[in-house]
Amino acid sequence: MKSKSSYWVKTLQNGLIGGGISLLLGLVGMALAFGKTYIISGVITMGQIFILSPFLFEAYLSVRRAPSKEPRSLFLVGGLSGLVGGALLAAFVLIGEVVNFRAVLVNASPNLFALLTFNLSLVPGILVLLGVSLVTGLIAAGVFLLPERIRAALSQAVMVVVLLGLFRDLIVTVMLRWGVVQYAFLWMFAASGLKIIGALVIFVLISGLVYWSKGRDRKAIALKRSPRQQRVTRWSTLGVLGLLVLLLPVILGSYFSEILDNVGIYILMGLGLNIVVGFAGLLDLGYVAFYAIGAYTLGILTTSEAVGLLHISFWLATPVALVVAVAFGVILGLPILKMRGDYLAIVTLGFGEIIRIVVLSDWLKPILGGSEGIQLIGKPVIGPLVLANQQQLYYLILIGIILAGFISIRLKDSHLGRSWMALREDEDVAEAMGINKVVTKLLAFAMGALFSGLGGALFATKIGSVYPQSFSFIVSINILSLIIIGGMGSIPGVFVGGLALVGLPLLLSQFADFRYLIYGAVLVIMMLMKPEGLAPEARRRLELHEDAVGPGPGEKPQSVIKNPER
Amino acid sequence: MLRTWRQRITITDIFVWAIGLSIAGVVIWGSISTLLQGQYPGKVWLDLSIKGLALGGVYALIAMGYTMVYGILKMINFAHSEVFMSGPFTAVFVAQALSKSGFLNRQPVISLAIISLVSMGVPTLIAILLERICYRPLRNAPRLVPLITAIGASFFLLYVFRGLYGSGSFGYPAITSLEQSWAFAGIQIYKTQVAVIVGAVVMMLVLFGMVQWTKIGKAMRAVSEDKEAAELMGINVDRIIVFTFGVGGASAGAAGVLYTLLFPVVNFYMGFFPGIKAFTAAVLGGIGNVPGAFLGAIILGLLESVGPNLFLTGLGVPSPSQLKDAIAFIVLVLILIFRPTGILGERISRDKA
Repeated sequence: MKSKSSYWVKTLQNGLIGGGISLLLGLVGMALAFGKTYIISGVITMGQIFILSPFLFEAYLSVRRAPSKEPRSLFLVGGLSGLVGGALLAAFVLIGEVVNFRAVLVNASPNLFALLTFNLSLVPGILVLLGVSLVTGLIAAGVFLLPERIRAALSQAVMVVVLLGLFRDLIVTVMLRWGVVQYAFLWMFAASGLKIIGALVIFVLISGLVYWSKGRDRKAIALKRSPRQQRVTRWSTLGVLGLLVLLLPVILGSYFSEILDNVGIYILMGLGLNIVVGFAGLLDLGYVAFYAIGAYTLGILTTSEAVGLLHISFWLATPVALVVAVAFGVILGLPILKMRGDYLAIVTLGFGEIIRIVVLSDWLKPILGGSEGIQLIGKPVIGPLVLANQQQLYYLILIGIILAGFISIRLKDSHLGRSWMALREDEDVAEAMGINKVVTKLLAFAMGALFSGLGGALFATKIGSVYPQSFSFIVSINILSLIIIGGMGSIPGVFVGGLALVGLPLLLSQFADFRYLIYGAVLVIMMLMKPEGLAPEARRRLELHEDAVGPGPGEKPQSVIKNPER
Repeated sequence: MLRTWRQRITITDIFVWAIGLSIAGVVIWGSISTLLQGQYPGKVWLDLSIKGLALGGVYALIAMGYTMVYGILKMINFAHSEVFMSGPFTAVFVAQALSKSGFLNRQPVISLAIISLVSMGVPTLIAILLERICYRPLRNAPRLVPLITAIGASFFLLYVFRGLYGSGSFGYPAITSLEQSWAFAGIQIYKTQVAVIVGAVVMMLVLFGMVQWTKIGKAMRAVSEDKEAAELMGINVDRIIVFTFGVGGASAGAAGVLYTLLFPVVNFYMGFFPGIKAFTAAVLGGIGNVPGAFLGAIILGLLESVGPNLFLTGLGVPSPSQLKDAIAFIVLVLILIFRPTGILGERISRDKA
């Protein structure tokens, strides 16, 4: 269909896009933040990986779309694409010699130029840069030519090596707690990243393992087992997992327990928002409001400061906080029952902001403490035991998550859950089928508010103080991103999303600055490439890939879906 | 259809109306008691109104981007607030460079033109890229999908600009010839305020004229009416959509220039509140409606600047102007509850809300 010349234009375009992406990563500061983080000690840093991986990706795209599949032209295409990207960076370096970019772009520092020229002087640096980008493009073509099984093995091995190098500090800290076992692992780590020999061993090990496991047909093996065996395997895996979850704070120590607590609170709220957005399809951007309400209610009820209303125990205050949060969920839900889609999103955003602004103002300062917030919030007490530190609070949060997860799972296939999904698919049809729109929608808001309020209450007692700054719009986006990453409506997805989006930035301090940049990019990329999420719910996958499956007998005809406005 | 009004009314309607009436009651009660207290003399109100008009003009230009895109794609371009931010946040470097070389005060008109060019060019480019990368592939996707994409794009742009230019605030240099003010009937009218109001009105007239009387404006209206039919009539729908995003970006950039005349400090998060308020203005006037956006923006600007002092002082709320952002949100919520079609928006059916 397309002529060959237009294909070459496309290749050049891909190369330029790759160069543009890596330039952006450099100028935004991501490459520099990781400039000293070695993946393999003395060989390659994460910053360099950030600069080079766009070339690899774009070259791979060019190669995959290439009209002729003979190796020579594929290598030509890949190399060209990489080279063009490298040329863009080289041009940037050359112009940077004359123009002072730094007056405008804060990250165009000498360090960035040093990173781009591999710490060499100008001319050899640029030559090396061009050479490395050419090689990267050639590698992309080479990877494309490999058989599927080897490609999977190699790419997964590379990924494991990069992850190990990236998380070197954390892994070492955890292992130092393990006594003798540490010596089995510590040899492969250098002061930053992996040792060359360690990286090689891991690479060979993982690629071999993946290659071997790809060769086996897992389903066939699983089917061969008797039902009893299958049940035993399932329960024992669950048991081991459960034990692991229970022992995590003990194994990992207090620093990681703090991170686990944060992840846990987000997962708890994610489970709540998953009901509102995932099950019922109501895009709530003011979800942080209920979090704030839960936290503040607990705060003013348990604080030993003068601002509070009452001074009661955590166990008495939490139910009150939940009731208040649910009540607000219903009250704020009532006026927006008739709204759909974007208007609903923006009104809920408005609610969230109104609550934050009102809390911040001087008007309610006598009760809510204004911008100084509320301090000295009570800790939960069981008999003589005060749940004060992060390891102990972990169990409290875990109980909350188990409760929320159990409720979500049970609700999903209940009458109510199905009503929510019906409303999500088509409000008018659902109403015509006899679903009470008012009650069903309000229940969704109330359930969401319940979990969010619980999250807020736990957050308040964990931190020991609440400030209005903790409840900005960004928290709502945070929770929304984590359920979208995992897949809307999917309960395991919430856990996947929580660990990936909340856990990773907390684990890697260099990521923290770019957290929201990555969230934004992740939201866009997920919606463009994989709108059903990483751990998708079956029904949602069907719905989003209807074109591939074709309309079934009971589904809407295609034309209606194509034009949702009509 | 056949039911009487008594049967049609539900508990939620009663609840919603009760909220609306109580807010109206609070507003009226607050205004009356504020006026009775007589804390502020008349010229304060005049002064605030002029500020509100200038603010409204800025909102109107930002609102154009929302309203035109909504008119055509029936989606809220959530990232528009960042499109708006990108202009003045980039142009500040140009302005500072011009000021350093002394050119700014020697040739203020040419300098302002250069600044405007940069401030309008960058958002135009970003809006077009946004459409190309984020929205075009999703034009037929379920409705939540482009909305979430837009939210993601908004955050991405926000933090890209933070990464590029840093998280600090930058000041626009003052233009000496715009610093004076006129004393008029006992109040001070600043030249910048006049410049902002005049600039906004001129821009709005240009935009309105373009949509109403040019060929491409006609094509835009046709596409917003019915995409397929427009395509059959030989209109290149893709190009019209790109053009709409471009015009929206350019007018947001123009709004950025005017905004910096009023508040000469820019930073990466400057777009959020003006963006939300402009959206409110667009909804208030009737989304998809160009004169409506202007009307809504002026009303919102006035409400925001006069409102907190007028409604809340009498109720004994301390430092009411802290709550001015909440007023915009409350207006937004109320308009969406009671009249989602907006003041002038009869054309768009109620189904969209």
